[in-house]
Amino acid sequence: MSSREDILGRVRASLHRNAGNAATAREVMAAALANRNPGPQPAVASEPRALLERFRVKSEQASSTVEIVATEAEVPAAIAKYLAAMSLPTTAVAWASLGALDWAGAGLSVEARGARDADLVGITGCFCAVAETGTLMMTSSPDTPAAVSLLPETHIAVVRAARIVAYMEDAWNLARDELGSLPRAVNFISGPSRTGDIEQTIVLGAHGPYRVHLVIVEG
Amino acid sequence: MEIKSMRFKANAEASLANVVLQGNLKNAKGKFVTKRAEAIKEIDDFEGTRDAAAAIRNKVIDNLDLWLERFETRAQETGAKVMWAKDGAEVCRLVTEIARKHGVTKVTKSKSMLSEEAGLNQALEAAGIQPVETDLGEYILQVDNNEPPSHIIAPAVHKSLDEVADLFHKVHGTPRKTEIPALTREAREVLRGHFLTAEMGLSGGNFLVAETGSVALVTNEGNGRMVTTLPRVHVVITGIEKVIPTLEDLSTLMRLLPRSATGQSISNYFSILTGVKKPEEHDGPEHLYFILVDAGRADVVGGEFHEMLRCIRCGACMNHCPVYQTIGGHAYGWVYPGPMGSVLTPLYAGIENAIDLPHAATLCNQCGVVCPVKIPLPELLRKLREKQTDAGLRPLVERIGLRVWAWVAQRPALYGLGARVGARYLKWLAGEDKSIRLLPAAQEWTNGRDFPAPQGKTFRELYAARQKSAKEAA
Repeated sequence: MSSREDILGRVRASLHRNAGNAATAREVMAAALANRNPGPQPAVASEPRALLERFRVKSEQASSTVEIVATEAEVPAAIAKYLAAMSLPTTAVAWASLGALDWAGAGLSVEARGARDADLVGITGCFCAVAETGTLMMTSSPDTPAAVSLLPETHIAVVRAARIVAYMEDAWNLARDELGSLPRAVNFISGPSRTGDIEQTIVLGAHGPYRVHLVIVEG
Repeated sequence: MEIKSMRFKANAEASLANVVLQGNLKNAKGKFVTKRAEAIKEIDDFEGTRDAAAAIRNKVIDNLDLWLERFETRAQETGAKVMWAKDGAEVCRLVTEIARKHGVTKVTKSKSMLSEEAGLNQALEAAGIQPVETDLGEYILQVDNNEPPSHIIAPAVHKSLDEVADLFHKVHGTPRKTEIPALTREAREVLRGHFLTAEMGLSGGNFLVAETGSVALVTNEGNGRMVTTLPRVHVVITGIEKVIPTLEDLSTLMRLLPRSATGQSISNYFSILTGVKKPEEHDGPEHLYFILVDAGRADVVGGEFHEMLRCIRCGACMNHCPVYQTIGGHAYGWVYPGPMGSVLTPLYAGIENAIDLPHAATLCNQCGVVCPVKIPLPELLRKLREKQTDAGLRPLVERIGLRVWAWVAQRPALYGLGARVGARYLKWLAGEDKSIRLLPAAQEWTNGRDFPAPQGKTFRELYAARQKSAKEAA
């Protein structure tokens, strides 16, 4: 007997599985799988200004830094200013989805490709953002590779204010509507990588980025 | 992993006598407790959320066979391969076979408690494949002669900064560093090389989502993302009980898991991984394997301990346990310490191999109160004690003692006489101090504390006297 059959067989025996109770259980399962009602959620005000403000506050609590700009055209200059203020390199890897921005005009050298170990700055967008916890939702695709938000020491994410939702459950519904099925990787990111494994002292930059900077585009 | 739980008493005594360990435990004590207490205030309906989480876990465990089949089908549809392992030995065999098939020489590992159960690192090494632990805590332990973890989410919580500084100096051959950020950076640089060169990544799974055939991983360091993004092959090793229905259910459980574990509103990284990379994608594994492991779980389904299968491995029970806080995790002698370990170890490793663990608790119910999925841990511990007694596994002296007590207790006159004599004897023994420094035949009690002596009359005498005076007054 295969291990699969052995394990499932013992589970079935423990549950006294038979054709009758299997049919009932399958109905219960189908209902559970179709249920889109969220569980209890903490209150999050849903008007756009409040969502943006909550997202900003929660992101900062997660040790991200936040800047708000009016239009997407202002993004390259805002990022150039941040990099200069932090004495960081002006060369970066970015998602192809951001390739159309005028990076060179802001004095930045930005390549749209997958990330390599030597990349020090990674610039990404995000699929959406969750106000409840100050979280970015990244969905992987050829144009939005996962490693750009992971390998570089600095991760900069461009967030459109209109894409800030209240809860993670809203993000799932957006993904179902817009992507159909889940992509290979959904990464929720809340601040820089960290560890507390030595004496429970929090240190930023364990294996991923040391710093996460968010540029929120209002328009 | 070898089970050393039968040496619990000796291990606990050694832990109590270990001055360095006691200092480290004292330093750690309460940090998680305080952070969790703050974090749960953000949840408006915390009890309702706990109820919802418990209901989600019950829903699957009550029909686990069907949910497993459903998860398997969905995962296969996404391009993953699903394998099943009866025990740790089969886990080791399957992982080694996968590694050989793909020409793997190095495996980077994100934290997996099941791989600890299976002793996977030793098996990989024996097969000539290098396993590299990448969680900072697990890495510290691996380079310290494969020391076992002492906590399920903070594996090296028993170690001090000084000990880690000495260890890295010795193992890495670098100048001794004394700052935690510098030590963390040193480990980062060593491990970055491994992330980039390993052909296979290995992770546990916090949850398996039946709706999408995905595995959900919760990490803070980013090592979980590295091992599931960079290598060609990703192997998920997870217990069969980890299935949940939908992404909505995942969100509910995620409101509780990081808060209960580290006191975070959400962990830094929360990854939901589904299937393999497409040819045109820059990163992600080409091959994804799920190894669904029984190792004792199937036999818990539908039985009197089935509530334990709800466990989401947050560690809150051990963080709040006065026994764990005092002796640390190693004394428990297997993979899972604290109250959840004292239930899981007898269930998975054999009740006869962990006689002392169900007694390594005061039944104060701190663990039950903080458990995010409402597992009645004290009740399960008590049931395990009953099982030991039913199976005749308790020591002879205890069994005879209980029989004698039962025989006497069924004879009220004799019991009353015994209680009167006993109370007066103890009062005499205590003398003017009214407390006993050394209680013969129960020295383990009085070694650490004085025993408050009865003050002369028994309860029954006092009760009779009160009844009498009440009658006289009437």
